[in-house]
Amino acid sequence: MKHTEKDRPARETRLEKALTPKRSRLEEFWVLFRKNRLAIAGLIIFILFFATALAGLFLTSGQNPVFDPAQIRLQEKLRPPMARANLDSLHPAEVPRLGIYIFGTDDLGRDVFARMLQGSWVSLTVGFVAVGISVFIGIFMGGIAGYFGQVLLKIDHILVSGLMVAGIAFMVTDWVLPGILLFILTAVLILYTVRLKNIAKNHARPAEFSFLEINAFSVDTLIMRIVDIMICFPSFFLILTVVALLPASIYNIMIVIGLTSWMGATRFVRAEFLSLREQDFVAAARALGVGNLRIIFRHMMPNAIAPVLVSATIGIASAILTEAGLSFLGFGVPPPHATWGNIISDGKRFIFDAPWLTFIPGISILIVVLSFNLFGEGLRDALNPKLRERH
Amino acid sequence: MLSFIGRSFVQKTITLIFVSIVSFLIIHLAPGKPSQVDPLNPKFTPEMVERFRQAFHLDKPLHVQYVYFYRDLFTGRTVSWKDNQSVLAKIWERFLNSLPLFIVGTILTWTLSFPAGIRSAIYRGGLYDRTTTFLSYLLISIPGFFFAYILIILVVTRFQVPVIGMETFGVANAAWPNVIMDRIWHLLLPSVLGATGGIAVLSRYVRSQMLEVEGQDYVRTARAKGLPPDQVHYKHALRNALLPFVTMFGLILPGLIGGSVIIESIFSWPGMGRMAYEAILARDYPVILTVNFFSAVLVLMGTFISDLMYMLVDPRIRL
Repeated sequence: MKHTEKDRPARETRLEKALTPKRSRLEEFWVLFRKNRLAIAGLIIFILFFATALAGLFLTSGQNPVFDPAQIRLQEKLRPPMARANLDSLHPAEVPRLGIYIFGTDDLGRDVFARMLQGSWVSLTVGFVAVGISVFIGIFMGGIAGYFGQVLLKIDHILVSGLMVAGIAFMVTDWVLPGILLFILTAVLILYTVRLKNIAKNHARPAEFSFLEINAFSVDTLIMRIVDIMICFPSFFLILTVVALLPASIYNIMIVIGLTSWMGATRFVRAEFLSLREQDFVAAARALGVGNLRIIFRHMMPNAIAPVLVSATIGIASAILTEAGLSFLGFGVPPPHATWGNIISDGKRFIFDAPWLTFIPGISILIVVLSFNLFGEGLRDALNPKLRERH
Repeated sequence: MLSFIGRSFVQKTITLIFVSIVSFLIIHLAPGKPSQVDPLNPKFTPEMVERFRQAFHLDKPLHVQYVYFYRDLFTGRTVSWKDNQSVLAKIWERFLNSLPLFIVGTILTWTLSFPAGIRSAIYRGGLYDRTTTFLSYLLISIPGFFFAYILIILVVTRFQVPVIGMETFGVANAAWPNVIMDRIWHLLLPSVLGATGGIAVLSRYVRSQMLEVEGQDYVRTARAKGLPPDQVHYKHALRNALLPFVTMFGLILPGLIGGSVIIESIFSWPGMGRMAYEAILARDYPVILTVNFFSAVLVLMGTFISDLMYMLVDPRIRL
């Protein structure tokens, strides 16, 4: 016993030296990723953008911000970039922090640099939160469809959940009281049947209710039909409708963009899960008695996450573009707060006199979105084993 | 084949019913009422509001409104709340305005992206390939409205032509070559803008398809037996690489009705997108819902056509 104990580490290291790959997965990925110069440029710009947005949040908010994006100086309107502030005509409190307008001023004499800083935080959070929501929903729905997809729904499940949805629908329309009653009733029914199943598994229903036991369709069918329905909506139009009808707020935009863009992630996760669940390591885990949740999150998710990560990176880019488009049309963040889209929107009337009001935010959006796209494509190439030998 | 058509017809009809329910619910459950659009207007008395609500069934419960709305839609009697005109006539008029944009944009997309994609696949890794790759990322990433302004500045200052709107005011009395040139100038920028994203995405897709096929064994065989490179590329590789694109003809259908809101409002183009945008602002629910319904129909028809084309083109596929 003692002998083997002492012997084992040496033998194991010898074995491991021969068997383990020379580089870990992450190192392998990094070696591949580093070759793609465009993707590296994207990553660097992305980090810079992140730092700028964070700095922007701290420098432009609070009682007495370092760069005040809302300070109006009508005597200094439409000054070109790098123009010196005219100290004679300004109150001491109105003088910009550095004495010059780095990006010029807009038609109300507000410092465009400060407004850009403030807007960068909006772009960043919209991108990340919207994509976070869509990835979360996508993983959830896709995971269920891929892993539990073959479970068949019975007529009674559908009836009860249909009644529950009807209850919620009643609650939001005019009949609040029947809605609440229906909702509570169905919730109790669901809890009761769950309990019932645990207590008496062989509890038989009376014959006249046997139609409740008929299998209707699978979970997979249900979820993929929901995806089909969502795809039928023209997405920008749907976002525009909802944002126009809801009160103006940045959070509404994030949520709406997130809620209308989860279909891609769902399809990716489902496809990955469908192939992974048939593989041997999952069968082995199941044979060992590992629970479903642990199989899903510990064993399958790390293998399925790569395409989701790629589509999330590119999704951030398109979410930033969508938000900029919405701000450009005048929806979204209420006016005194600056976003890159509404700086362009305000500046478009002066496009020939003050082109910087269009070009500075426009080029910033372009660079940030481009960096996300390049980074995402680099990730895709590095994570895709099929493409490795190609280049 | 017939069973596939029947099955997908039933499936798509069910999907369409759900889409109609969901869009109806989204619009009607959103906060705010259409009768409150203009609360400060002194002519908008409570009696007016009541009459308005009665005339458009807004006082009925939601499911009754739903049935009324779709009954009216299918019998072609839906009217806009804003000006009491027939919604279908309005949409048809705007559709005819958007159609030239769509046609020119589609032609540009399909004629430009194929040569670009094929060439960059053949010269993979070369200067041309790297340039077009970067350019297509640039085109995907550029915000449409910003690109629109760059192009407007360029065209207006360089060529001294008006580009906003569908035609220059009062040009209809001029000689016909001038009228035609005027229309072309006005059409050019919005359709180029509409096509940019498509060109970038499609040329990348063509490139990757072409690369995929060029790596196949039969292409290597063709090359090995000494065929001229042009014949290998265009006869052996291209024909097979084109297969997925035949099906994409179905997927451009939804573009017929989804004119771009942003581009049409920048160029003051009275198309579908602008109409939908104005309808949203005015809470003109019948117009919003009808546009939404038609675009859902087109999406479903598009996927159906592309499935069908796949079956016709590729005998390996059995649905």
